[in-house]
Amino acid sequence: MKISLTLNGEARELEVEPCRSLLDVLRNEAGLPGTKKGCDVGDCGACTVILDGKPVNSCLVLGVEAEGREVTTIEGIQPAPDRLHPLQEKFMQLGGAQCGFCTPGMIVMAKALLDENPSPTEEEIRFGIAGNICRCTGYTKIVEAIQAAAEEMGK
Amino acid sequence: MRRFEYFEPATLGEAIGLLARYQGRAQALAGGTDLLVELKEQLRSADCVVNLKKIPGIGALAFDAREGLRIGALVTAREIELSEVILRLYPSLAQAARELGSIQVRNRATIVGNVCRASPSADTLPPLIADAAQVTVNGKNGERHVPLEDFFTGPGRTVLSPGELVTELRLPAPAPRTGKVYIKHGRRKAMELATVGVAVSLSAADVRIVLGAVAPTPIRARRAEELLRGRKIDASSIERAAQAAVEESRPISNVRASAEYRREMVGVLTRRALTKALEATR
Repeated sequence: MKISLTLNGEARELEVEPCRSLLDVLRNEAGLPGTKKGCDVGDCGACTVILDGKPVNSCLVLGVEAEGREVTTIEGIQPAPDRLHPLQEKFMQLGGAQCGFCTPGMIVMAKALLDENPSPTEEEIRFGIAGNICRCTGYTKIVEAIQAAAEEMGK
Repeated sequence: MRRFEYFEPATLGEAIGLLARYQGRAQALAGGTDLLVELKEQLRSADCVVNLKKIPGIGALAFDAREGLRIGALVTAREIELSEVILRLYPSLAQAARELGSIQVRNRATIVGNVCRASPSADTLPPLIADAAQVTVNGKNGERHVPLEDFFTGPGRTVLSPGELVTELRLPAPAPRTGKVYIKHGRRKAMELATVGVAVSLSAADVRIVLGAVAPTPIRARRAEELLRGRKIDASSIERAAQAAVEESRPISNVRASAEYRREMVGVLTRRALTKALEATR
């Protein structure tokens, strides 16, 4: 099946088999491997993307369901090729990434969280990223990075 | 996932026709957060997946003071969690929705899907039953209505026949000053399945106590309710009701908890839920 969607702000047409997840379509068909496959069953959040403004696990969405919709992946978070998003800056500065595998999902989820709530409390951040597992357990620095990015963006 | 045929029916009739044509070999897709996992892990097989999302009229979330609440088949857990009217009038349901999976899951998972999956530990089921929810079922023989408490026949099993779809849940408008509480007990704060879940809806007119994860289906603690119905509700009657609820529970031991522990927690949580519900009626 052919689908048309807006992927990171760009109109794209992709050939998709109905039995493929959006995650596999992004990684294999769309050439965007930044979105990670951790558990592939919706438990880890590494595959988080923003679908029509809402964060979802792309492993639990069929690729064909993206027809006519807007998808933002980690590759679309960066405002320009030579500029990083404040979340990306702060994750680097404050040690928000260790092995880095959860990082794309964490940053996309944090972006969705800050879009909805620009100045979250620590509790709200922890509630927001409850579906993103960091197997290095580096949560403290991840939460600090999200808080710092929120402050930066609020300036 | 194995290959399947994929349909996006534009009407309810078309969807029911497809489910009937493929008999048990078709799976309905709404949120997909259970279905896709089960297809990937080959716990369920599908020759055909019928995506319900293009069917008009089954996505409504609407409240009317006389008719009560209607939750369409496509309404997500996240919509329930954030709905102002649900937070105000059905707060135990909002609480349960908030405790289901992650935000990413709740943006996809539907309440009706949580019902049809029929997990004994599903968070939304105890508050829905405590709120006297009715299930609207559509099939080739038309529409029928089933009280949610009679909908489940076992873990993962319901009264639905192949080819039938749940299109809506209906909840009566709450009596004035109804106290509604859902307490989930788990090993951690988030991304957890309930070890025990207890929902209470308490008003001057009635009391309903529903236990989750301690029997093959969610169950009402009817003897506990009887001990309170039409009587003075205070610390000692609440204690007796909590003990009755313990006796009515039939938990199993599994990886999450032993049966003994679950029984113990039924008592603790029933007492706590009734006490909080009583406070909320004042």
